[in-house]
Amino acid sequence: MSASLHTRGAPLLRTYAALVYAFLYLPIVVLVVYSFNGSGVGGFPPHAWTFDWYRELGADAEIWRALWNSAVVALAAVAISLGLGLPAALALDRAQFPGKALFRRLVLLPLILPGIITGLSLLTLFVGAQIHLSLVTITLGHGTALISVATTEIFAGLQKLDRRQEEASLDLGANPWKTFWRVTLPNLRVSIVAAALLIFTLSLDEIAVSFFLIGRDNTLPLEIWSRLRRGITPEINAISSLILLFSIATILAWYRLRTRSARAEESAAGLLPSALEGEVS
Amino acid sequence: MTASNTQQMPAAASRANETLLSIRSVVKRFENREVLRGISLDVAPGEFLTILGESGSGKTTLLRLVAGFEQLDSGEIWIAGDRLDRMPAYRRPVNTVFQSYALFPHLSVFENVAYGLRAARAPKSDIPARVKQALDMVKMGEFTKSPPARLSGGQQQRVALARALVNRPRVLLLDEPLSALDANLRRQMQSELKALQREVGITFVFVTHDQEEAMALSDRIALLRAGRLEQVGEPREIYGRPQTAYAAQFIGQTNLLRTQVHDGVACAGAIVWRTFEPAGTATFSLRPECISLSHSGGPPQSGEIATARFRGRICAQTFAGASDVLEIDCGSQVVRARIPAVGPLSGEREFEFSSADAIRVRDAGS
Amino acid sequence: MPEANVYSRTYKTAVTVPPLLWVTVFLLVPYALLFCYSFWSVTPAREIVHLWNLDNYADLFRNSMYPTVLFRSMRIAGAVTLLALLLGYPVAYYLSFHVAERKDLLYQLVIIPLWASYLVRGYAWKTILGSDGVLNGFLQYLHITRHPVEFFLYSPFAVVLTLTHIYTPFTFLPIYASLEHVPRNLVEASHDLGSSPWQTFWRVIAPLSLPGVLAGATFAFVLTLGDFLAPLLVGGPSGIMISNIVVTLFGAAYDWPKGAAISLCMLLIVVGILYLTERIERKFSFQ
Repeated sequence: MSASLHTRGAPLLRTYAALVYAFLYLPIVVLVVYSFNGSGVGGFPPHAWTFDWYRELGADAEIWRALWNSAVVALAAVAISLGLGLPAALALDRAQFPGKALFRRLVLLPLILPGIITGLSLLTLFVGAQIHLSLVTITLGHGTALISVATTEIFAGLQKLDRRQEEASLDLGANPWKTFWRVTLPNLRVSIVAAALLIFTLSLDEIAVSFFLIGRDNTLPLEIWSRLRRGITPEINAISSLILLFSIATILAWYRLRTRSARAEESAAGLLPSALEGEVS
Repeated sequence: MTASNTQQMPAAASRANETLLSIRSVVKRFENREVLRGISLDVAPGEFLTILGESGSGKTTLLRLVAGFEQLDSGEIWIAGDRLDRMPAYRRPVNTVFQSYALFPHLSVFENVAYGLRAARAPKSDIPARVKQALDMVKMGEFTKSPPARLSGGQQQRVALARALVNRPRVLLLDEPLSALDANLRRQMQSELKALQREVGITFVFVTHDQEEAMALSDRIALLRAGRLEQVGEPREIYGRPQTAYAAQFIGQTNLLRTQVHDGVACAGAIVWRTFEPAGTATFSLRPECISLSHSGGPPQSGEIATARFRGRICAQTFAGASDVLEIDCGSQVVRARIPAVGPLSGEREFEFSSADAIRVRDAGS
Repeated sequence: MPEANVYSRTYKTAVTVPPLLWVTVFLLVPYALLFCYSFWSVTPAREIVHLWNLDNYADLFRNSMYPTVLFRSMRIAGAVTLLALLLGYPVAYYLSFHVAERKDLLYQLVIIPLWASYLVRGYAWKTILGSDGVLNGFLQYLHITRHPVEFFLYSPFAVVLTLTHIYTPFTFLPIYASLEHVPRNLVEASHDLGSSPWQTFWRVIAPLSLPGVLAGATFAFVLTLGDFLAPLLVGGPSGIMISNIVVTLFGAAYDWPKGAAISLCMLLIVVGILYLTERIERKFSFQ
């Protein structure tokens, strides 16, 4: 590709792009900077650099309890989403059956539906079935909402799979079940791990659906939310910064995993309201 | 020994001694690697020039420089008195036919062909007529409303051609346009292309790696090798009088005989012939079709003064329809000969060729 | 493409049934329940009564508050979508066509905010926009203003700003994907035929990027429409959106049937938009 064709100056565009990037990161930078600010959350300029808020955070038992809850929920959500997303992806990739289009849409619907609808509908379900709201209901909510993420990710991996490996395995005498375990699954390892990373992060941060399904125990975002009702404190900046750090790390790991194996075609062609994932090889 | 980078303009092309496109000492680098090392080439108006070379020779790069998709690092390109390389691609009076056709998928065939006319703000009333004329010329007049996706490869190729020609460019650049077509279609398109060029009279600069194609289509061939011009000339001339071993081997097939010349006699192992070349080492190119079976016995007949003879054992024979290709083991080397098909042969035989058919070539690898 | 004969019936059943079952239980049944709720009523004693009637829906038209808030929500969603496109498209274009070296890095920089916590980012804006927030502090520090500007926070402006921030990466992603898909030789061909880069953009690149734009716009619009968190964080009373009403109805106001009715309407609107988008996209798909 010729450089001369495209990098023909357009410094205006470059400046604009830089401004957009600044816009995207400004709040994050402010948040992090002010988590070290001695005189609190607002005002300008920040001064009195301190670690106090982080210290306060360290001693805050409720936050750690909420974090623990979130982690447990997230792990369970990963299990559910992968456990259902894998067969769903296989079904979409390989099986022909009546109503397949509808099936596809249903599985992917929660991805584009506002969380409130998913959350409320599940609430009516649990109330109707007289299930108490708790971390379990939150987990079920996350699992349901995040199946689509697992499906999309694994489907992408399946598309890149060389079908001939499976054919060779069958040819050599392994039955479909063995083939699945010894050929298909290992090849999907990267997609599965990537999906797990993403689902874990999303579940950890999830608030819209959780909002309606919360029982006595808080997840981390909900704990933060309830504190916000009481007032803004720099401690919230501190925990938010840590959350951000963790999210960034896992997202980068997820992305690296994905692109490392992705040399080939676009995934999920026509699977979603087009080009949702925007895979880049 | 450096290959000469300029060429003589053959008489045919220099009727009025005009040059339409002038490429002067063009150098192009990609990340510290020199892809074109000082190319100079003049193209005459109305000629069909082929830039021939293997992949990596720089032929496509050269074309893209003329089209404007790359910037040259040094040198100049002129078109009839205007400095071409300083113009951006969209202002150059040249058009390109892409190897991958590059038809706009979101526009119909008609709109594809009309694209350049619209960009040039041609009068709206003229456009339908000109588009139709261009499509008729490539025999695609029936397909104006189609979306390109529905056309076959050959059809898309024709539309791409029409799309370029309709703008009446001063030079038409063709980047291996036929390489994606199957053999039969290819041959058919070759003759159509040649006829089209004659009819339209536009200068064609054609890039290919296929030497048969080059010989069939071109008025002149510019053989490119590793970023340098190896030889430029009419097809018959390059074939009959290759200047280098590479040229001799790339275009057609040949035997390269590395010899010691001594006292007007060239000696390559068991093969010996008379030559005017000076003493020393020399490489000669001898085309397989120049070697024939000797008629057994007898002195050289009249007119055969400069005939060379040698003995060799036939170690392989390949039937090729009208001819047989023999591999002859002469002890010091194996030589290939192409003779009219005579049925199975074997054993030791005597062969002959005319000394004048052994062409001295420059040989970088000797 | 699936080789249907290689996969046995058992395989296909094993693969489709579990997700189907789950989706039925946890998606279809809940929607059906919501559907039913919307036809029931609530007694003053805060009991839900299974009396089937259309009052809830009728009320949506009778009471002018609902349409008002709905239209405000759509205006906000429209504004957010527009802004997110205006921010996302140029960056996607820049990245796709003008960047050679750091492309991957810059791409990652966009998707990080995409997946990073909504709450954290919303909270960040809350701290920035408040009357003793960072922005006001900054303006006062530079003596641009003397008193805190009130309308930064707790206004539709704040909601639009926050949601634009959230959803710009959402529009970026599909637009970037479709731009990357544009064969570069088409751009060259366009130049070759005499179109300047600007003309080439409008005549070749933009039309081919339409599917991505559509996808991004759909996302931004639909998700903004259903958003309730941003209004709660930064919206204040004047920034209330339709989902907030639903939240209240399911909470303090305790009118689940009414809330269900509104939710169902939202669901219908969303599904309608998705369907429309798909139709448009299919019409414009040239591959």
